[in-house]
Amino acid sequence: MLWVTGLTCARGGVPVLSNVSFTVSAGEVLILRGPNGIGKTTLLRTLAGLQPSPDGAVEYPEDQGAYASHADGIKAALTVTENLAFWADVHGVANPRPDSNAGLENVLSSFDLFDLRDRMGGTLSAGQKRRLGLARLGVIERKVLFLDEPTVSLDGFSVKLFADWLRDQHLSHGGCAVIATHIDLGLAAPELDLTPFKAALDAGGGSDEAFL
Amino acid sequence: MIALLRRDLRLAVRAGGGFGLGLAFFLIVVVLVPFGVGPETELLSRIAPGILWVASLLAALLSLDRIFALDFEDGSLALLATSPLPMEGVALVKATAHWITTGLPLTIAAPILGFLLSLAPEAYVYLLVSLLLGTPALSMIGTFGAALTVGLRRGGLLLSLLVLPLYVPTLIFGAEAVRRGADGLDPTGALMLLGGITAGTFALLPFATAAVLRINLR
Repeated sequence: MLWVTGLTCARGGVPVLSNVSFTVSAGEVLILRGPNGIGKTTLLRTLAGLQPSPDGAVEYPEDQGAYASHADGIKAALTVTENLAFWADVHGVANPRPDSNAGLENVLSSFDLFDLRDRMGGTLSAGQKRRLGLARLGVIERKVLFLDEPTVSLDGFSVKLFADWLRDQHLSHGGCAVIATHIDLGLAAPELDLTPFKAALDAGGGSDEAFL
Repeated sequence: MIALLRRDLRLAVRAGGGFGLGLAFFLIVVVLVPFGVGPETELLSRIAPGILWVASLLAALLSLDRIFALDFEDGSLALLATSPLPMEGVALVKATAHWITTGLPLTIAAPILGFLLSLAPEAYVYLLVSLLLGTPALSMIGTFGAALTVGLRRGGLLLSLLVLPLYVPTLIFGAEAVRRGADGLDPTGALMLLGGITAGTFALLPFATAAVLRINLR
């Protein structure tokens, strides 16, 4: 479902990873490992199309990718339900059937947010915000997820909630995911250590500092 | 795109959204002018078109830096960039939302404030029409400026410096239309040029804004 071949990732015009290749098929998760600064976030942003790559190819079904990072995109002045409904709407999932997995209520209960559904986004705790940010992935019905540290500020119980959702609602329905994380999600998943792909320091490509 | 517009409008009217800030600013500036130049109605009515236009320009400027900054900070902008919405559409929606929350209220309030400045009676209709035609251009140009400075610390001042010179043509033709209306001359030419500027900005700037946003999100 996701094919990456010979991908070079650059940050600020300087290549950080080179010749990254892997394949993720439907129903699979790939965990990215590597020390801080190796380029996990850069790789995920490149996969999601936020950053251009100097070299290599990324292929996945069109309009099926979704990206989630440290910033959850939650509006403080909107309620939990309004936040989710907005993202569903933007992704063209205007009226999810109440019984489907993407149904707002189902997603809310999957992430233990049901009791908070009328609270303003600004009054949530850091962990609750994170859960709401992850619940966004539930309503937008994308198959290929690029997740950057999805479990930051989550407690053990919430990590389990997330892993359960990922396994039961996403992977089992033909989705796949690439996750950068430092903890054990409790998923039986292959891991990819990025250290061997570190780009040589003198690897080509001029800086595009002028645009930064 | 409708969803984004609805969300932006809802955010604007909720607490801390800043709806009405521009309008209040416009009101205060226009009310301050007679204190500054004295109560001579003849002088006031002569400078009224210019004052009203300059004040609405400054009021529109006031809320520009919020257009993208808030979405950039909480990550929404990156998520929007990865969503099926084209960035050009996002730019267009953002400009439209800005116009509805600042330009439109300004246009509606301007005739009342024109009365305060003893604007010539013949000019009211041209004031309304010129603002209606001109303020969308202010929002669109401002959105482009906001995209240029998104992510910059204290980009607000830089934004004003970038955007104000670009407002000059709109200001010239807008104030000119009202002045000609007040003098009983035919303002059609100025109004048509004003409409042309607005149409031009809406045709071109969404693409420029989208390109700039993509670079700034890297």
